[in-house]
Amino acid sequence: MSDAKETIEVEITVNGKSVRREVEPRLLLVEFIRENLQLTGTHVGCDTSYCGACTIILNGEAIKSCTLLAVQADGGEVLTVEGLEQDGQLHPLQQAFSECHGLQCGYCTPGMLMSSLALLAENPDPSVKDIRKRLAGNVCRCTGYQNIIKSVQSAAKALQEG
Amino acid sequence: MYPQPFRYHRPNSVKDAITLLTELGEGAKPLAGGQSLIPILKMRMDEPSDLVDITRIPGLNSISTDNDLIRIGALCTHAQVAMSEAALTIPVLRDCAGGIADPQVRSLGTIGGSVSVADPSSDWPALLFVLDAKIVCQGPEGSRTVGIRDFIVDSYTTCLGDAELVTEIQIPQPPANSGGAYIGFKKAAPAYPAASVAIQLTLDDAGKCKEISLALGSAGPKPIISADAEAILKGNKLTEELLKQAAEKLVAESSPPSDARGSAEFKQEILRSLFLKTAATAINRAGGSNIDGTHDYV
Ligand SMILES: Cc1cc2nc3c(=O)[nH]c(=O)nc-3n(C[C@H](O)[C@H](O)[C@H](O)COP(=O)(O)OP(=O)(O)OC[C@H]3O[C@@H](n4cnc5c(N)ncnc54)[C@H](O)[C@@H]3O)c2cc1C
Ligand code: FES
Ligand code: FES
Repeated sequence: MSDAKETIEVEITVNGKSVRREVEPRLLLVEFIRENLQLTGTHVGCDTSYCGACTIILNGEAIKSCTLLAVQADGGEVLTVEGLEQDGQLHPLQQAFSECHGLQCGYCTPGMLMSSLALLAENPDPSVKDIRKRLAGNVCRCTGYQNIIKSVQSAAKALQEG
Repeated sequence: MYPQPFRYHRPNSVKDAITLLTELGEGAKPLAGGQSLIPILKMRMDEPSDLVDITRIPGLNSISTDNDLIRIGALCTHAQVAMSEAALTIPVLRDCAGGIADPQVRSLGTIGGSVSVADPSSDWPALLFVLDAKIVCQGPEGSRTVGIRDFIVDSYTTCLGDAELVTEIQIPQPPANSGGAYIGFKKAAPAYPAASVAIQLTLDDAGKCKEISLALGSAGPKPIISADAEAILKGNKLTEELLKQAAEKLVAESSPPSDARGSAEFKQEILRSLFLKTAATAINRAGGSNIDGTHDYV
């Protein structure tokens, strides 16, 4: 075991703003986001990389932030659920989840939104199978998933119609 | 859950990484995608003094095909392999890489990390066994190339020496009239498979089996192989009867643990039927069929 308590400076762009912090190397990215930056929209569900509640976008790809160190994201670009809304307007995905009842307790929702965002960036017109495959790493205890799938389809349509 | 404190280093070359790992000694470990290591550290199953993050080292994350060899850099993520051009010509690469965990884990986890951790439940080892892959390693003594069957020594044990890194995975291009398939069985995407089967075979002009290589994953401390099972099939027409006989021989060599993913008996039963399904796909592919997506974890 190490007696090292040293910290390292990281610079990460979070929701478009560059932030610099001194962190312990063992700090998880999800804790950096929630505790250091007070962006508590990103949730911790299982803390074992199973449930996907902590999903964020790092350099364009959806990842589980409970299984990545903040130092690994140094120099990177992070997007969290707080970055979806623009000028007081909900993102089309958020709007669709609200309208299609894509959430009940809402615990899984930030992760579902970020995984769905990554999907739509890559595939603007996904089939139900594409959606299921892409959300396979996100667990929801409430909805039974059907309305989440409807929400993503509805958002895809809204985004395509611009 | 928090890992024990450790120091963090980020070298820019393989040489610097090896020097660092040598100087720091036994307590130091390489860090790639972290998708095996970080859970291990969080559960305090390991407490390294130093992590050497190798992910920023240039040159280790490309996939190329030259002549008869597919070269996959150790830092290529599972997602990258699944979507690569190489996976278009050998779809079995996509079967395996695209079936590992879920999209989030596949975006970070690397093929080099997978073979180095040698988790008996992981997907790559069984497939790399049947593709006769070679692992290129670089350490303080220089570089060497080791066949995957010698590289993976036991459960969570490889032949990697101190401060030695995996830099590349090499896969020989299968000959004409070859086909492969890899199918895993699991309850949910983010879980490791309870059982898996890898098959690579070549047919002759008469449709008889010219070459065949078989392996079972999650079925023992390392991938299960059986020369006797292969001998039953080699040189013959692959009838259901013969395939069943080979499956019996192969499964008899397996020793899957009874655990949360199922009892040993359950897993062996799954292996028998998975073997027939995997063989059918491999035979059809060897015959020229374009079969996509052998399994979906949703
Ligand atoms: C929720 C979840 C589900 C998963 N499901 C599956 C699954 O279904 N199938 C499956 O196969 N895997 C699964 N995995 C594991 C995943 O595939 C990992 O990516 C992989 O096992 C390790 O790769 P990594 O790059 O993350 O390595 P790391 O976690 O960074 O490292 C793993 C080990 O290898 C060493 N190491 C890493 N790279 C090198 C190198 N180049 N040279 C020498 N040593 C090295 C490290 O020191 C460490 O000891 C899952 C992981 C998670 C979190
Ligand atoms: S909290 Fe990260 S996957 Fe569950
Ligand atoms: S809405 Fe409650 S967990 Fe998904």
